[in-house]
Amino acid sequence: MTDQAYNFAYLDEQTKRMIRRAILKGLAIPGYQVPFASREMPMPYGWGTGGVQVSAAILTPEDTFKVIDQGADDTTNAVSIRTFFERTAGVETTTTTADASVIQTRHRIPEDPLSAGQILVYQVPIPEPLRFLEPRESETRKMHSLEEYGLMHVKLYEDISRHGHIATAYAYPVKVEGRYVMDPSPIPKFDNPKLDGMEAIQLFGAGREQRIYALPPYTHVVSLDFEDHPFEASKADHPCGMCGAEDSYLDEVIMDDAGGRMFVCSDTDYCEARQAAGHRGKDAA
Amino acid sequence: MTALLSVSGITKNYGAYVGCADVSFDLYPGEVMGIVGESGSGKSTLLNCLAGHLTPDRGEVVFDTRADGPKDTVTLSEPERRMLSRTDWAFVHQHARDGLRMGVSAGGNVGERLMAVGERHYGNIRDKATDWLERVEIDATRVDDRPTTFSGGMQQRLQIARNLVTGPRLVFMDEPTGGLDVSVQARLLDLLRGLVRDMGLSAIIVTHDLAVVRLLADRLMVMKSGRVVEAGLTDQVLDDPQHAYSQLLVSSVLQV
Repeated sequence: MTDQAYNFAYLDEQTKRMIRRAILKGLAIPGYQVPFASREMPMPYGWGTGGVQVSAAILTPEDTFKVIDQGADDTTNAVSIRTFFERTAGVETTTTTADASVIQTRHRIPEDPLSAGQILVYQVPIPEPLRFLEPRESETRKMHSLEEYGLMHVKLYEDISRHGHIATAYAYPVKVEGRYVMDPSPIPKFDNPKLDGMEAIQLFGAGREQRIYALPPYTHVVSLDFEDHPFEASKADHPCGMCGAEDSYLDEVIMDDAGGRMFVCSDTDYCEARQAAGHRGKDAA
Repeated sequence: MTALLSVSGITKNYGAYVGCADVSFDLYPGEVMGIVGESGSGKSTLLNCLAGHLTPDRGEVVFDTRADGPKDTVTLSEPERRMLSRTDWAFVHQHARDGLRMGVSAGGNVGERLMAVGERHYGNIRDKATDWLERVEIDATRVDDRPTTFSGGMQQRLQIARNLVTGPRLVFMDEPTGGLDVSVQARLLDLLRGLVRDMGLSAIIVTHDLAVVRLLADRLMVMKSGRVVEAGLTDQVLDDPQHAYSQLLVSSVLQV
């Protein structure tokens, strides 16, 4: 079968219309989880089928597409999804954040601020922030519709009572425009402040769970916390070993069996751009 | 004085079967009402209708709300009814597991209602939770333990603490002492009696254990086949039962 046997961006037009309707509804009700008829995609659940369907529904031939996986452009998930859309949509792809018009991401928000006109598509494993506290879907829907979010704080309370501080480090729950409590997908809580008032459109797709939700530009997003235990966007307390950046989210890399380790930017594009501009960290070759 | 809860003509049928039929009574602030009867007599159906867990087919349940005065909770909107059930109302289940979150620490269980009504200060929530654990005679050092590590009696006391922490005015209890051994029952009843008196709570207690109502209830209703067959002051009904079924019930109690 040739690549031309596929419709533009793999999905058929009826499916794209269905997904676009869900996206528009999501944008109209920021933070609300819109059910949609998720399709089988040529990749396993958990590999970004939700994000891929959202990307497929919004891509146009003029778009420039970027995929990041845990901040990196060159890991398996990122490479395979980028290649997928190169073949099925023939769109331009890039690794430069500023050049991309659509960015599909898993577990990170790029360090460079996004601007109006860009769209950030998140891959979401479990869209329901209340899921691990309340297993009944009928009940969590009711809690969302009646704005009963006391339970979310029970989770944070448990964190503090067990660890002395809010130990939730990723998928940190947020409240959108003072209404819906939303799971921002498993991004580190370091990225949570970037959700607030972002100029770009943010779309969240959960393929297995069949939910789409969205944040339109300039949406007010607040991370939940306690008055005496305020939210803190934490990161490893080191500069990047390659580019010396002090303000970016870092991955810890084990170097040898003797406890050697280095910290590097998880956003590879950000790190490479800084190195190209002449910044050097202590571990740079 | 206005009644805290005014029930009139509550009827609930399950198809052709009668759950409860045409039950009416008034409950005044600070009063404890006992509902006794054999299994299947409609006690629990009635309690669930009153507490908003079931929708009765007919009848009114008028509750004297703090903000707006008497309101029929049957026709109240669901958000309002759920708000009532986590502020002014409390529901103590027979099985503590039904009323607790078993995966959450004791402190989190007690704190949940506080957080549900908007408390956002960790220190305050924890202080209140610890205070309430002590009031129900659970050692404060157990505040971070999960209820799964508690004995049955402790779980039941924890459930009571979790319900009373927001200072409700009306407590529904469904067999609160069921499944506990007698010495634990006695402690729990003692505790409940103290709390009810101290806080000026009104309560509706469903039980098949006449000793429980003798200790706790001011007034008593005897139910059979979904209908109230006798009602009156507790001592009066227990010492001088008029209806044949009440007489049977009272005479069935084993004397040790």
